[in-house]
Amino acid sequence: MIDLRCRFSSSSARVLTCALLFFFVALAPPRVVAQLQVDITSGVTAPIPIAIEDFTDDPQTTATVIRQNLARSGRFSVGVRTASDYLVIGRTSIGADGRITFNYELTNLLTGQRLLVERISAAPTAWRNAAHRISDRIHQTIIGARSAFATRIAYVSVEGAPPAQRYQLIVADADGENSRVILQSRLPLMSPVWSPDGESLAYVSFETRAAAIYVQKVRTAERRRVSGRAGINNAPAWSPDGRRLALTLSSAGGNLDVHVLDLASGELLRVTDHPAIDTEPVWSPDGTQLYFTSDRAGGPQIYRAAPEVGARPQRITFTGAYNARPRISPDGRQLAHVTREGSAYRIAVQDLGNGTVRVLSKGRQDESPGFSPDGGTLIFAARERAQGVLATVSVDGLILQRLQSARGDVREPAWGPFLP
Amino acid sequence: MTRNILVAALVLGLLVGCKSAPPVTDSSGSMTAKSEPSATAIAQPDDSAGAVSAGEVGGEMDGRAVVLPAELAGRTIIYFAFDSDALSNDDQALLAAHARFMASRSNLRVRLEGHTDERGTREYNIGLGERRAQAVRRALGLQGVAESRLATVSYGEERPAEAGDDESAFAKNRRVELIYSEG
Repeated sequence: MIDLRCRFSSSSARVLTCALLFFFVALAPPRVVAQLQVDITSGVTAPIPIAIEDFTDDPQTTATVIRQNLARSGRFSVGVRTASDYLVIGRTSIGADGRITFNYELTNLLTGQRLLVERISAAPTAWRNAAHRISDRIHQTIIGARSAFATRIAYVSVEGAPPAQRYQLIVADADGENSRVILQSRLPLMSPVWSPDGESLAYVSFETRAAAIYVQKVRTAERRRVSGRAGINNAPAWSPDGRRLALTLSSAGGNLDVHVLDLASGELLRVTDHPAIDTEPVWSPDGTQLYFTSDRAGGPQIYRAAPEVGARPQRITFTGAYNARPRISPDGRQLAHVTREGSAYRIAVQDLGNGTVRVLSKGRQDESPGFSPDGGTLIFAARERAQGVLATVSVDGLILQRLQSARGDVREPAWGPFLP
Repeated sequence: MTRNILVAALVLGLLVGCKSAPPVTDSSGSMTAKSEPSATAIAQPDDSAGAVSAGEVGGEMDGRAVVLPAELAGRTIIYFAFDSDALSNDDQALLAAHARFMASRSNLRVRLEGHTDERGTREYNIGLGERRAQAVRRALGLQGVAESRLATVSYGEERPAEAGDDESAFAKNRRVELIYSEG
């Protein structure tokens, strides 16, 4: 049930607007959980023309999913064979066991060279994932860089007006499709983060009218409360090896400090010890450093410290009076964060080598940036007309997209890792 | 309460195809709050099927059943200026009245819920909401209310009192709510 409308403008930077209605299929009466509108607001000036023809004998809309993925990347313009440099054709077949096999070919129409001749198979329920994996293969082959179509995102959605809000934790494919609610509550849910293996989410829930951090397996919904100490339990961040969580706890007097919790032993160590607010920790990809927000210098700025007792934090951000909520790129070289420009909060990236800061977003209340696992894109939350929306921007700043929810506020997107 | 759990379990069971709710394991040791099942985890039986919905689970209503004296009725919220946890003289006077009320009703406890407006990052705002709750806690403490009768929780910007992106909404959302309960 996908209503796809695409419009190409005539400008040199082709602007593609696709309105996608995503329906959530429920066992009990079907109900719409999210309607996302994908709106590419800017793109590269010379996208590669490619044709993806409908797959033969396809019980699904595999080609449509691939077209949407490639168009959304901003690197391709999807059209007919006669106007394209590349062509994808395919055929599907259903085995006796019900599994779908996809045979597909990618051809360079200019040279006639067949670049890919491949076959993958998938359970019927995973056909969409197969389409994402085919998209990744096409992107890798033509662009020469890894893409993250076959990954997942999590985010928080809020429905209802105060004081009767309903909070939902939602997991979806990276294109926003295939969304499903994995937790709902009448009290706030926040700070979802994926485990490095992509199987679990850690998050904060106020369901007991006190804050606690839970770890939930996405597939089984089995959940474990890993931190429910008196006071604040907030801002969980998984270590790269998945064994520890950095998190924010408060003292009896309400002072916030960054701690590290060993998930197996429960051993807790305190990393910061300062009367300022120290929070929003995140690990460097090599696990040797924690980056976090602290207002020890007055306003919030980002600091770095080793994940150990008695660490001596070093200040990292110096441009502007408000820099918070750090995230580090997979290669460890870029620091994404929220920065204030005038009265607007925007997504910025600081080069950790030379200190250069680039502001990538244009909203008034942009927040919660997170890198895609390939490092090429940032997902973040924005506000439009008192409504939360999700957006992505390429780290080079060229491609900005909006994932607009027609129902409820969406916020706090978290992009999951590559899946095996 | 027990009835709520039963109803919740029934609703959940029906909607997830009679799977029982997955257990919550507590490995955190020192949880003090009573567990109210106002959140529902939902299994994804097949990783890609995702065809599960779930019903609303009941929970306690805000503990506002405590009847307040006329001078305090409708005066259980303290408002703050932008980026501030400072209490005005009027706030101090109001909190003194609350402290007198608590002195007269030794069975009462109060939960101080700190909130911010939506500007700034969410987790940092948890810290700012906590500062406001702690400012009210200290003021009540100075008026003689025992620490053991006061609890704080910061919701940051997660539970606005009013939706909206303008200063009028922001001003109503920068607040500490005093939530009384018995026992």
